[in-house]
Amino acid sequence: MFSPEIEKKIDNTIEKYPHKRSALLPLIHIAQNEQGHITEEAIAYIAERLDLVPVEVYEVATFYSMYFLDPIGKYNLQVCRTISCMLCGAYDLIEHLQNKLNIKIGQVTSDGRFRLTEVECLGSCSTAPAMQINFDYHENLTPEKVDQILAKLP
Amino acid sequence: MAELKVLTARFGTPNSTHIDTYLRDGGYKALEKALKMTQDDVINEVKKSALRGRGGAGFSAGVKWSFVPRQLNKPKYLVCNADESEPGTCKDRPLMELDPHQLIEGMAIGSYALGANLSFIYIRGEYWYLIDILEKAIQQAKDRGYLGKNILGSGFDHNIIVHPGAGAYICGEETALLNSLEGKRGHPRIKPPFPAVVGLYGCPTVVNNVETLAAVPHIINKGADWYRELGTEKSGGSKMFSLSGHVNKPGNYEVRMGYPLMDLINIEGAGMRGGKKLKAVIVGGSSVPIINAEAAAKCNLDYESCQSVGTMLGSGGVIVMDETVDIFETTFNLIRFYNHESCGWCTPCREGTDWLLKIFKKIKAGMGEESDLDLILKLCVNIEGRSHCPLGEAAVWPITSALKHFSDDFKKHLRKSLPVLTMAK
Ligand SMILES: Cc1cc2nc3c(=O)[nH]c(=O)nc-3n(C[C@H](O)[C@H](O)[C@H](O)COP(=O)(O)O)c2cc1C
Ligand code: SF4
Ligand code: FES
Repeated sequence: MFSPEIEKKIDNTIEKYPHKRSALLPLIHIAQNEQGHITEEAIAYIAERLDLVPVEVYEVATFYSMYFLDPIGKYNLQVCRTISCMLCGAYDLIEHLQNKLNIKIGQVTSDGRFRLTEVECLGSCSTAPAMQINFDYHENLTPEKVDQILAKLP
Repeated sequence: MAELKVLTARFGTPNSTHIDTYLRDGGYKALEKALKMTQDDVINEVKKSALRGRGGAGFSAGVKWSFVPRQLNKPKYLVCNADESEPGTCKDRPLMELDPHQLIEGMAIGSYALGANLSFIYIRGEYWYLIDILEKAIQQAKDRGYLGKNILGSGFDHNIIVHPGAGAYICGEETALLNSLEGKRGHPRIKPPFPAVVGLYGCPTVVNNVETLAAVPHIINKGADWYRELGTEKSGGSKMFSLSGHVNKPGNYEVRMGYPLMDLINIEGAGMRGGKKLKAVIVGGSSVPIINAEAAAKCNLDYESCQSVGTMLGSGGVIVMDETVDIFETTFNLIRFYNHESCGWCTPCREGTDWLLKIFKKIKAGMGEESDLDLILKLCVNIEGRSHCPLGEAAVWPITSALKHFSDDFKKHLRKSLPVLTMAK
């Protein structure tokens, strides 16, 4: 179901571990990074590769906050809302983004470009407030800085 | 001079992640030395150094290593806990980003001491960009013979796998981490048995924080006494503190154990932002009790001193709050965090944090009454000590301590007693 290159990556990942099932989280990451979110086909495929039943994959996929079962837009804006960021202006930032994009937390813009979510501590507390756009960190944010970052996205 | 550079010594070095610069700066000498020592000697040296786990609990690293039954005919594993998700804590990130070989060397020495031929770095999924840095460093170490088969001709084989998590605070708890590493949901396991005896795949396993393992090469190189004397008698060495919140210069700072908290705030942190007054500090990441300015003035950054002022050193995430902060709001923020991150396995934590959040929302909406504060404390009593893993306690300590020291901040949100309805004539 994936390109030969990705199939190879999956084979290598499974091989690394002394017990196959340990490859489950990495495999879900690989599938999601390829397809944008976790599809039912991907769940069935991963289950087969790891000798699991699909529900065992599903059960794991629904536990972790970085896995998405629905499309998440091109840019997933994940703004940290936890204490250190809160003290440095995260709530204003979230408000600003909601107004700017005209969506609420958890929603995707109608053109499918942005999804806005709040996340818990990103490990950038000393460079707060912080957000991640997909996997990229942006730190020491202000509303103006966020505007510039979004304007520069391709 | 307050700042001390042991773990952070190479942070400014150009190309610090490359094995060439690491070797030039004396890297992998400690591994060479350790491989000539007996396993017990390595463990004893780490014990003697008074190195205590930097992940939060502060348990002696050497003692933990000595719990592993090495004679048992099963594989042994070392797992580096790089899940770093305790709010306020961001120190493991630069340790991996700027000096990955220091960690790899520490893991190699630890694995040798435990007789582990395979070890893992369980890294939070959000730190995706670090996986590449770590894997490149691992490949370099393999190419130079510091990882792989028969390391430096000693007969010891060792490899490291970098394993990404996927967003779950609870996976920082060591047994939840092991379940996650086995490809399961991150629910903690009942202890005992402890991981040192029954851990990953049912085999003896040691879980150590990034910073704990990164300190090991220095202990082997310069000796346990040297390391211990950097700190206090019971809290050896240096430690990284992530300073965040209302200071002029937030950042990660390495200081000796026992360093005064106010010096960290006023010297490293260059004082309070905007010259405001200090109101409160959370010293060890969000899970420890909050203290007021008076206690902060008496607090040194070691396990014993933190305890004496009613808090804990935890993970070293120092969150500083000035006089403008409403402690009800910060406590609300934290209970929302713990409620969100409760894994849902046991009732007191799952339901209790739900109820606590509901009451906090009610108070925030201006509908709270004096009796709600009593109800909060009752709920806390029923979570503390009645949950499977320490997340339950972590959720209630910030609340009980906030109510103790900053009850006025809660009371000002309460509404006056209900208006008495009188019948119209
Ligand atoms: C809810 C919870 C979250 C934790 N998160 C982390 C973490 O992110 N990183 C970490 O090293 N330890 C974390 N710990 C502590 C680990 O369970 C474990 O004690 C630690 O990794 C042991 O390593 P050390 O002895 O070197 O500190 C957490 C504990 C709990 C209860
Ligand atoms: S205390 Fe909370 S996080 Fe820990 S096992 Fe119970 S429900 Fe899960
Ligand atoms: S609290 Fe926002 S990154 Fe830690």
